[in-house]
Amino acid sequence: MQLLNKRPESLIDIKTHYCPGCGHGIIHRLVAEVVDELKIRERMIFVAPVGCAVFADKYFDCDTTQGAHGRGPAEATGIKRTIPEAIVVSYQGDGDLASIGMAEIVHAAIRSENITVIFVNNTIYGMTGGQMAPTTLIGQKATTCVNGRTAKQAGYPIHMSEMLATIKGASYVARGGVHTPAAIMQTKQYIKKAFQNQIDGKGFSIVEVLSMCPTNWGKTPKDAVAFVKNEMEKEFEMGVKKDHSAADDVPAAAEAK
Amino acid sequence: MYQGIRIAGFGGQGVISAGVLIAQAGIIDGKEVSFFPAYGAEMRGGTANCSVVVSDEEVTTPIVSRPDTVIVMNEPSLAKFEPMVKPGGVLIINTSLVNSKPTRTDVRIVNVPCNDIADNEIGNPKTLNMVMLGAFAKATGAITLESVKAALPKVYKKLAKKPEVLALNEKAFLAGANAVK
Amino acid sequence: MGEKKLMKGNEALAEGAVRAGCRFFAGYPITPQNEVPEYMSWRLPEVGGAFIQAESEVSAINMIYGAAGTGTRCMTSSSSPGISLKQEGLSYCAGADLPLLIANMMRGGPGLGNIAGCQGDYWQATRGGGHGDYRLYVVAPNSVNELANLPRKCYEVAFKYRIPSMILADGTIGQMMEPVEYKEEPIDVSKLEKPEWAIGVNHEHRAKRRITSYDLTEGGLEIMVNDRIKRYKAIEENEVMFEEKMTEDADMIVVAFGTPSRVATAAIKMLREKGIKAGLFRPITLWPFPYKQIQALAKRVKKFVSVETSMGQMVEDVRLALNGTAETHLYCKVGAAVLTAEEVAAALEEIHNGSTKYAAVK
Repeated sequence: MQLLNKRPESLIDIKTHYCPGCGHGIIHRLVAEVVDELKIRERMIFVAPVGCAVFADKYFDCDTTQGAHGRGPAEATGIKRTIPEAIVVSYQGDGDLASIGMAEIVHAAIRSENITVIFVNNTIYGMTGGQMAPTTLIGQKATTCVNGRTAKQAGYPIHMSEMLATIKGASYVARGGVHTPAAIMQTKQYIKKAFQNQIDGKGFSIVEVLSMCPTNWGKTPKDAVAFVKNEMEKEFEMGVKKDHSAADDVPAAAEAK
Repeated sequence: MYQGIRIAGFGGQGVISAGVLIAQAGIIDGKEVSFFPAYGAEMRGGTANCSVVVSDEEVTTPIVSRPDTVIVMNEPSLAKFEPMVKPGGVLIINTSLVNSKPTRTDVRIVNVPCNDIADNEIGNPKTLNMVMLGAFAKATGAITLESVKAALPKVYKKLAKKPEVLALNEKAFLAGANAVK
Repeated sequence: MGEKKLMKGNEALAEGAVRAGCRFFAGYPITPQNEVPEYMSWRLPEVGGAFIQAESEVSAINMIYGAAGTGTRCMTSSSSPGISLKQEGLSYCAGADLPLLIANMMRGGPGLGNIAGCQGDYWQATRGGGHGDYRLYVVAPNSVNELANLPRKCYEVAFKYRIPSMILADGTIGQMMEPVEYKEEPIDVSKLEKPEWAIGVNHEHRAKRRITSYDLTEGGLEIMVNDRIKRYKAIEENEVMFEEKMTEDADMIVVAFGTPSRVATAAIKMLREKGIKAGLFRPITLWPFPYKQIQALAKRVKKFVSVETSMGQMVEDVRLALNGTAETHLYCKVGAAVLTAEEVAAALEEIHNGSTKYAAVK
């Protein structure tokens, strides 16, 4: 028998707590594969969020930190500025990054903090039990909008990648997904680029990943995949939103220690 | 020796920097000192005052509520600070800008037209607070010209390389001292 | 060491922190502590450190969370309203056992209050301030020189016991200028050992390290907090600091910290000229509070007066210390009003003479 594929070294061999059909496991694996391929595991410091991915600090085989809700980019800043050699990744969900942590992510981009951000957008608060998120689609049901989100009552879903792409300090912004094999392959390339940028001192890079939350959506894993394809992709167009990493005037704040 | 001082005036009259210079001069003279500023919320203009203590012993309260000497640089400060002066203390009044007359009879009143001296005699309005300091030194003996001269480049680092400015400040200091009868 | 330098409190604090090994600072502008970040912004790069003006107080304390996790000596500073904003982050720092230095140059409150010096944050500082079971090591300087030299002690305690340390000073001390003499040579940070818990790059493939305040395993958090309580007990045992002045023959003790302790000293001297034997007890550590030392004085002295620029916050600890063995009185001014030696002396004299105006706190 021939071993064709194996668990990435950057992931510890323990059972995760994620629900069946959740996208976090795939995204963790993509990050871990990229870290292995770029040979940066020894340098990586993983910043875990508050939310379902809080336990990610136990899953990645590197030093980790886990702090307050939404403040990952601030923590990552403190780490990167004191250990510039470290490869710092802030892994965040939509409530964490696009709601309570809006200021931190925007200002990390403004400073062009030389970090990598993985933003998991599943349009819902997962760990707290399915409340409306800033990215919840119009008409989508959640426990705090039981008849579906209305623009009149709660406004429209925020397009974080498009917004961050307008910031001069943001070097690389891309949106992918993990609901089809093609999307997964493409998203891995986005993530790889976002880490390579940090290695090269290119400044702030973020990959938004459309993801499934079958449990809180009240769907089967299969239907959840279809929801991303048929509903979320329409609202959140996938692709590279900005790639300024080839330019020679990238601020790359953290390198100028 | 203990000298508690309150200096009060408009922002921009050098009230704060005069206080710092007294404290720095005190250190040079081997004294214990403290300086505490109080200003309004305005960045420019407004009122400013400070407390300075120069003492042989450890300074207790940095907030001088019963000053040995009050220097009043503008009209509104007279009414506010005149009552604070310790009986037997000194009240120095910048008569260029203060028209009202003090009412205290139990303190020594020292009238000095600081602005007139700075503007006309020295020819540089920026030397106003040095005129004030000269008058203070002469009236109280709490600081000397030598210690203020040594203090200046410590407080204003750039002055160390500008002997002509230092000379001008010395001239203003002496003019202030001479104005005290 | 060497010549005494006239320095503003806030700048003396910043320089003191740098000399004590601080290499990362994040903060947000707020009066009356702005000279701290302003000083750090040019000083830290000189010594190979990093400064960030954060987008918010909240972000600043979480940058500190990140930096402290790497074992770097780091610092943030603010004044009352900003310290309120940092409480969530401080709770996380305490929960993750992170050593750090935070300075609160207290101003008048509550709310926006005003920008003058005040002591209204005593409860907040000594009772934790944020959510959860935790303590901060809290020290209160009463002079610019003491403020300048305290960061070193703060880092020592913070790293020894893995606890956030706070300098609680009223804004007056930050704005004052006094002679400063740094007692010790600057720390060579290259010689500081990296703590065995600190996260970082891991070229040697040691075991993975985690900085976090959570433990959802059954009984896990209980173990974590109990371990912390052991360290708190050791701090209470070993790290109390206080100062006594003129207490040997005193029949009335004034308890005061920060600027009011200076004002009270002037007032006590006035009383002594009148033959009233008052003395000063000054807690330097507010947590751990010097309960035992005050208790010891109560064997001889039966009248204690807490003098504060708050509505009377520390007085509760004085009462706890005395536990009914002596009278506890309170003289205080609120709203960041100026406390003068004359009025403190007048109040103390009345209390000494048994006036009911400042009756014993029950």
